[in-house]
Amino acid sequence: MPFGNTHNNFKLNYSVEDEFPDLTKHNNHMAKVLTKEMYAKLRDKQTPTGFTVDDVIQTGVDNPGHPFIMTVGCVAGDEESYEVFKDLLDPVISDRHGGYKATDKHKTDLNFENLKGGDDLDPNYVLSSRVRTGRSIKGYALPPHNSRGERRAVEKLSVEALNSLDGEFKGKYYPLKSMTDAEQEQLIADHFLFDKPVSPLLLGAGMARDWPDARGIWHNENKTFLVWVNEEDHLRVISMQKGGNMKEVFKRFCVGLQRIEEIFKKHNHGFMWNEHLGFILTCPSNLGTGLRGGVHVKLPKLSTHAKFEEILNRLRLQKRGTGGVDTASVGGVFDISNADRIGSSEVDQVQCVVDGVKLMVEMEKKLEKGESIDSMIPAQKAPPL
Amino acid sequence: MKSWLKDESQTRSTFIWRDLVCFYRVQMASSFARILSSKRKVGILSLVGAGSLTVGFFLNREQHVNAGAHVRRIYPASAEYPDLRKHNNCMASHLTPAVYAKLCDKTTPNGYTLDLAIQTGVDNPGHPFIKTVGMVAGDEESYEVFADIFNSVIKERHNGYDPCNMKHPTDLDSSKIRGGQFDVKYVLSSRVRTGRSIRGLSLPPACTRAERREVERVVIDALAGLKGDLAGKYYSLTLMNEQEQQQLIDDHFLFDKPVSPLLTCAGMARDWPDARGIWHNNEKTFLVWVNEEDHTRVISMEKGGNMKRVFERFCKGLQEVERLIQEKGWEFMWNEHLGYILTCPSNLGTGLRAGVHVTLPRLSKDPRFPKILDNLRLQKRGTGGVDTAAVGNTFDISNLDRLGQSEVQLVQTVIDGVNYLIECEKKLERGQDIKIPAPISQFK
Repeated sequence: MPFGNTHNNFKLNYSVEDEFPDLTKHNNHMAKVLTKEMYAKLRDKQTPTGFTVDDVIQTGVDNPGHPFIMTVGCVAGDEESYEVFKDLLDPVISDRHGGYKATDKHKTDLNFENLKGGDDLDPNYVLSSRVRTGRSIKGYALPPHNSRGERRAVEKLSVEALNSLDGEFKGKYYPLKSMTDAEQEQLIADHFLFDKPVSPLLLGAGMARDWPDARGIWHNENKTFLVWVNEEDHLRVISMQKGGNMKEVFKRFCVGLQRIEEIFKKHNHGFMWNEHLGFILTCPSNLGTGLRGGVHVKLPKLSTHAKFEEILNRLRLQKRGTGGVDTASVGGVFDISNADRIGSSEVDQVQCVVDGVKLMVEMEKKLEKGESIDSMIPAQKAPPL
Repeated sequence: MKSWLKDESQTRSTFIWRDLVCFYRVQMASSFARILSSKRKVGILSLVGAGSLTVGFFLNREQHVNAGAHVRRIYPASAEYPDLRKHNNCMASHLTPAVYAKLCDKTTPNGYTLDLAIQTGVDNPGHPFIKTVGMVAGDEESYEVFADIFNSVIKERHNGYDPCNMKHPTDLDSSKIRGGQFDVKYVLSSRVRTGRSIRGLSLPPACTRAERREVERVVIDALAGLKGDLAGKYYSLTLMNEQEQQQLIDDHFLFDKPVSPLLTCAGMARDWPDARGIWHNNEKTFLVWVNEEDHTRVISMEKGGNMKRVFERFCKGLQEVERLIQEKGWEFMWNEHLGYILTCPSNLGTGLRAGVHVTLPRLSKDPRFPKILDNLRLQKRGTGGVDTAAVGNTFDISNLDRLGQSEVQLVQTVIDGVNYLIECEKKLERGQDIKIPAPISQFK
């Protein structure tokens, strides 16, 4: 909640024992890491905007999690959260990101020319290609904690920046609260429109407050570059197109992001970034590159192969259904994307997808011909760092 | 272990000084608020001996507390004012930019702010046909600190009741009830419910885990002292076993984690199911919900039409519980203008809903039914409670009003009203015509 936290001072009247949450039935990263000692140490701290440790963990307390799916269970309210509450967040980040240490440095590389290949994925199998990331605007609190005034300021600045883009990036902003019915229908048909969050993971963190105030969607005329404003992060940036030309998608992604960043910097509000955590986003799972580069690819035979999961693991890729996270695949078509976010650069992660998907398509073709793929099973790719 | 104990003692020292600061703030902030309950004063005095080491600490903490007491403001009130143009709730109808600007920098002694109070109304624009309240209180002092908006909302919701110059009568003397034993051919069950808040602890939208746990301790401690036909048992939501859970479901006693966005947006489901539970007497006629939408919800009910007995048990149970908490130095939140203080302004005054499940096959189809109910100051709901539809011809009929009339008056209204409805039904059975009664006055 915004505007400082007078309530936290009042809370300190009660003992650690009385205030410590009951996490005995919980299965999320926060619950695995948070001890009473840690809570005692952090409970009287606040970030400059007034975010407290109870604010960080509320979503994890309210969502005990699932035995099979490990959620993060905590969020940042502003850039400084990652510093003020590092005793809690560093171990959470380490658990979530394969052992990333508090002293590790993250590489940022948005030079699309460093990507090798990616323009020759077989469009008979690869139906569409997409790269997304998030960006936070320095100097503003994040979606769990920002006030209406702050959120509106982020919107205003973002729209100004986006409307100044030209060429292939020339586009238009559609604010959620004043969209016409016709515009809404079109955005739904294009699969661009985002809804008020319903996931209790997000609601428990206060991210849907004041909906739909200062939320909106911007996209270019070609409908290949799209920005969500004030959904789960300040900005979610998406580059996408039909077919398998990931190279082109990534180029547009990098160029667009850099153009936008230049404009924000001119207003003295660059993106939140540091050399340890990379780009700072609301959820610790999206630190580093915040990048998910993926394709919708037809793999009906490979996906039923006994070694499918192992192949994905070795390639450091993950599968999702075509509706996105937590959906099932339809007709043998999968969403395949990078599993890592931090410790490797944007180029590294997209390279992973490009190389991995190319290999899997070849495997699919082999299986179609009734041949074995055992000789093609890749070695385990090294984790980042 | 050692370092934890050290932290603990530091926290205790700061407890004294912060509590004293709190104490003075309560006095300054509210002319209605009662003095802190004796239990907490005892707590303070016993720790005063902690010594002069805490003085320096106090000076530091005092500044820290004062700094926090001013809301962090980067944007002017006009930039923060919510967009309420598409909203239809009582808060949206009365929260002008001027009122917002006046109140947005204030906090209650516990740190509750206007933005927190109105969040549920901002997030739930409402429905053209149903006007919700759109704001909640985080503590007793909210009603005072944010009186400029609460009073307008209360006035609209409670049909013109003006907290500034009207007094609310409290009367739990069930011997004053006349009649109240309905024909079981029509009345299937009778029920009276209300809520009570424990003074000195924040309300469900704002309470910390420790406060919520303290509410639970105080209440179940008192309930354990009930005897005779009121003796019973507590079932904690976190500890209940499957059998107990199934039994409570079968008895229609179990409450669930709130799903209504009206409640979740106000923060009432935080930390679920920590410190939530259900207490009921062995005969299953007196039931208390702990830490659901209010600190406590108290329910007296039984099958059949003996509303008089239901209300007798209700009053007796409430008065016993009050006596038991007072023995330990606690009391209920109450004042002479707003009556019993509860989370939602709609439940101020008596917080009382007295009702029956009644079958009215003919009357319910008569087009005059809504007007008859209205004039009798009654409302109908489906048999699943608020926002449900009626099943068959059975309705939940209860009092519309909560504030400005006493418990005895409201229950009498329900009794007289239900009697009238049953008379109408009987007339229609005999092929006779019915009359719409004259409207009864609201504030007696």
